[in-house]
Amino acid sequence: MGMTIVEKILAKASGKASVKPGDVLEPEVNVAMSHENAALVINQFNEVFQGTNIAPKVWDPERIAIIFDHRVPAESSKTATNQKKIRNFVKANGIKKFHDIRSDEGGICHQILAEYGYIRPGYVVVGTDSHTTTHGAFGAFSFGIGATEMASVWSLGTVLNVEVPETIKVVVNGKFKDNVYPKDLILYIIGKLTAQGANFKVIEFHGEAIRNMPMSGRLVLCNMSVEAGATSGIVPGDEETARYLKEAGVKDKIENVLPDADAKYCRIVEIDANELEPQIALPHTVDNVKPISKVDKVKIDQIVIGSCTNGRLDDLEIAASILKGKKVAEDTRMLIFPASWNIYKKALKQGLLEIFSDSGAIIMNPGCGCCLGVHQGALGDGETALSTTNRNFKGRMGNPKGDVYLCSPATAAASAVTGYITSPEKGVK
Amino acid sequence: MSKVVYIFGDDISTDAIYPGRYMATVLPTETPQFCFADYTELNKKLVAKEYPEGSVIIGGNNFGCGSSREQAASTILGHGLIVIAKNYARIFLQNAINLGLNLITCPDIEAETGDDIELKGDKVINKTKGKEFSTIPLPAARMAIVEAGGLIPYTRKKVIQKYS
Ligand code: SF4
Repeated sequence: MGMTIVEKILAKASGKASVKPGDVLEPEVNVAMSHENAALVINQFNEVFQGTNIAPKVWDPERIAIIFDHRVPAESSKTATNQKKIRNFVKANGIKKFHDIRSDEGGICHQILAEYGYIRPGYVVVGTDSHTTTHGAFGAFSFGIGATEMASVWSLGTVLNVEVPETIKVVVNGKFKDNVYPKDLILYIIGKLTAQGANFKVIEFHGEAIRNMPMSGRLVLCNMSVEAGATSGIVPGDEETARYLKEAGVKDKIENVLPDADAKYCRIVEIDANELEPQIALPHTVDNVKPISKVDKVKIDQIVIGSCTNGRLDDLEIAASILKGKKVAEDTRMLIFPASWNIYKKALKQGLLEIFSDSGAIIMNPGCGCCLGVHQGALGDGETALSTTNRNFKGRMGNPKGDVYLCSPATAAASAVTGYITSPEKGVK
Repeated sequence: MSKVVYIFGDDISTDAIYPGRYMATVLPTETPQFCFADYTELNKKLVAKEYPEGSVIIGGNNFGCGSSREQAASTILGHGLIVIAKNYARIFLQNAINLGLNLITCPDIEAETGDDIELKGDKVINKTKGKEFSTIPLPAARMAIVEAGGLIPYTRKKVIQKYS
């Protein structure tokens, strides 16, 4: 029987000829990523070795990546102390894929794994972050795990007891209208599948609109697949995958893992990209999605562009093209946090940051910024944000008495100018 | 016998269980103070230990969706709460199993605050309502971790094998 991409990846990583949904495997891990929560992983990792007379030792320092992003620079002495503990661990264990709070190597974990070329098609990738689904954009099986599970991976190099997930095939044909972006597509898909529609499943993306989509867009789709509950999103590798990895400095030969023609899917969803208009996720669940024409004139206090979802260079380019020569509306503030320092520096060279600051937007340092409401850009009671991030749960932006709406960078920029939710003009590309 | 102390709706995220702004706190011994921090009344009562161990909270569909933060499991574990929900998000379910937090999957559960609940084999009995509900057991692969006492002892055994 034919296999889906993830079935093929899991079979290979577990040394089996074939697998089917429900099989329980212990696949080998190619990349194991953590961020500040490595502090908890270290704690659990040491626990594993407790009483064994074996000195705690990571299975392969080359395959571990640790990136500081969630609270950079540290918002509290507690975080700073945890970061220090992690730095010491990194040194003691010879972990190379470490990205500290520095403008020559830093950024959000998911952007760093992508732009440093750490992922290849066919890899098994785990991360102590639910948006680890992002790396399915490279044709890898990439999923989020908890800190204790990561301690187990650091110890053994395998993920224990992985059940082979079923796969949903999403086929997107046609072309996007000018003001419609991958973010609108994935919001639409999440609205259609619901927040748990893909729970314990994988979403495999196919169709003309995906083939024509640059890696930056595929990263958006896979990043947000978890908001439909998916274990991973996955895009079959192609020339675009190879192009991106080559540009990231990868020299080895790229071998794509593709699904069999007779692979078995638990569900097939077909979408015509031509039909889509900009989408908005309304508070307080990501699947509360409406086309922008059906959304009321909502006044926005804080516009946010950034995150591992939409803080990439093309996102900033689109936003700048809309904001150029214009001002952020009175009584609205705008916060921009690029996904990495490499993006920040490119945006600086291209003059985008100047456009933003001339418009009145605040440019923050790359990192998770206000996405998870820890240390920058919290909302006031009763305030409303429109954001290109990926979650609008109650309290997500630091205040359970605030509302968060989600949208594409184009919609965010157009709304920054008017001060309320506004569709980007047709033809903004 | 256990009392139901809180009823939640669908899609309760790990941000709701353990808000992101407390994520600098990581150790399982320290996380219980922030359990459901944005549900001010509930949090106050939990922290004041007004609910005995074994008290029940009821969730709807997709309980524990969102962030992979393990604090969401350890914070509930710290209060000895029993969670009964229609179903769970994947990472939260795995985290709970890994830490030894017993999550009960009960698709048809009906309960109100104050109801008396008894767990009996694969059934949840709502004594107050005089109704019985079936539960869905964990898949065998996950049971193996529970039976080992959580993922740390489970992994420890494998580590000893690996290095001997
Ligand atoms: S930007 Fe937001 S969603 Fe992305 S890794 Fe950071 S906190 Fe998570």
